[in-house]
Amino acid sequence: MWQEKIETMPREELEALQSERLIWQVKRMYERVPLFKQRMDEKGLKPEDIKSVQDLHKLPFSYKQDLRDYYPYGLFAEPMENIERVHASSGTTGKKIVVGYTKKDLSDWADCVARMMHAIGLSNRDFIQVSYGYGLFTGGLGAHGGAERIGATVIPTSSGNTANQLQTMVDFGSTALCCTPSYALYLGEAAEEAGVIDKLQLKAGIFGAEPWSEDMRQEIERKLHIKAYDIYGLSEIMGPGVSYECEYQAGMHVCEDMFIPEIIDPDTLEVLPAGEKGELVFTTITKEGFPLIRYRTRDICSLNYEKCKCGRTHVRMNKPQGRTDDMLIIRGVNVFPSQIEEVLLKVSGDITPNYQIVVDRVNNTDTFDINVEMSEALFADDIKTIEKTERLIKERLRDVLGISAGVHLVNPKSITRSEGKAKRVIDKRKI
Amino acid sequence: MKQLSVFVENKIGRLSAVLDILKVNDVDISALSLADTSEYGILRLVVDKPDEAMAALKEAGIMVKCTQVIAAAMDDAPGGLAYLLSLLTNANIGIEYMYAFIGKAEGKAWTVLRVDDVETATEVFKKNGVAMHDDHDNYRR
Ligand SMILES: [Zn+2]
Repeated sequence: MWQEKIETMPREELEALQSERLIWQVKRMYERVPLFKQRMDEKGLKPEDIKSVQDLHKLPFSYKQDLRDYYPYGLFAEPMENIERVHASSGTTGKKIVVGYTKKDLSDWADCVARMMHAIGLSNRDFIQVSYGYGLFTGGLGAHGGAERIGATVIPTSSGNTANQLQTMVDFGSTALCCTPSYALYLGEAAEEAGVIDKLQLKAGIFGAEPWSEDMRQEIERKLHIKAYDIYGLSEIMGPGVSYECEYQAGMHVCEDMFIPEIIDPDTLEVLPAGEKGELVFTTITKEGFPLIRYRTRDICSLNYEKCKCGRTHVRMNKPQGRTDDMLIIRGVNVFPSQIEEVLLKVSGDITPNYQIVVDRVNNTDTFDINVEMSEALFADDIKTIEKTERLIKERLRDVLGISAGVHLVNPKSITRSEGKAKRVIDKRKI
Repeated sequence: MKQLSVFVENKIGRLSAVLDILKVNDVDISALSLADTSEYGILRLVVDKPDEAMAALKEAGIMVKCTQVIAAAMDDAPGGLAYLLSLLTNANIGIEYMYAFIGKAEGKAWTVLRVDDVETATEVFKKNGVAMHDDHDNYRR
């Protein structure tokens, strides 16, 4: 194991370690993050009231909205001279959310990913092709950091250009692949078509950043002749590697020495007993640059505290089975209907036209279309003007979301309504 | 003169739905043209009762706009349209779109013009003795 002592630490010892780190984090954030102090004060809580992980449930929650309200650096707990890197993802509206990492944070992150890579049998003898996008998105550099940490030869192809990805895979002898599961399937098909499957030396794949099913896993494994492993993460908490599958592919081990997970009832906000399904909440107990206490991920899943066959004691979470908000993950990118609404409102100028988002998966790639009901503001009596409006909507959506969508103007009142309210999202993907 | 522009999705039955509403409301179409893309079209109509037609279409949830156009008469002979257009070109008036129809009047054809400056175009035609229709005219005479 990569960090055997930590990864196999008896639960009692692990909880003691978590308690010590939680106390440190709460005290530090109370002094450094005004929003956290304010929320503690509102609850009449002092850092001294938190004596162990048993007190975790007393602490105030934090939300994605906080990251927008304090954009860009307002929630950082270290001065900027100690922040080595930032990452960002799109928020619920046009504004991005920004997260920051100290040198130690980046090192911890690399360890998270390294634990997984080591667990699935990768080492310094491997060639790891990172086909996640490099950039503000945490996928590329996150996987990269882990691959470097285990001393593997990193092949940083980043995303896109499938022919080139395959050529690289063949020529450079890639033994492991990191990308989104849908792209893995797409690559598998492209490799089949190009007749290069037999030339591949791939043995494992690390796939995440979007929901995928057990069926999809089997299909990827069959197509690419590899073992496919799931990795989970979110930039607010760290990035990919917050949890990961070990060689047994039986749930994702949460790096519990750094992140404490809880499952809550999203309505009552009560912590649910182990094994029950609810909203996943994370507390980062080692993070320096951008720590969060009880962050509501909106992902729905459950936790399994049974000891895994691999010997790791860290709790396992199952694949998220939905969201408590309306966020969609399309081609690995987070999309909120509110972002689309904002664009339509800006283009239309007065009232938001009725719209419907249609998501499907064709040939293993997500399709993303938006039907917009024709309105007074969008209509003109010549095609040129309407086409200009359509183009404007497409461009703005691309700017805000980072992915492109098909825009279709449809007849007024043609979008299905139930009880007077238009159905905003039709997700036909079978995940 | 008023012209109705109707948004029509390229789906089976959408165009006939529009025409059915006009029929039910006893609206007579004098001229029409359809501009379309692969996903939708704009149906442009000159009708005898534009206000009633517009209200009926709106009522049925159809997107419709009223636009001011000029219907100018031309000789139903070679060079007739070319002459009309030369008048506009000389006055530096841009044409966004146009379509022609044959009226009931002997020896005359009509062209519907959507121009960037309706007022000047009307003046130019008047000065040059070009007959034009307004909403009160009866095309069938
Ligand atoms: Zn395990």
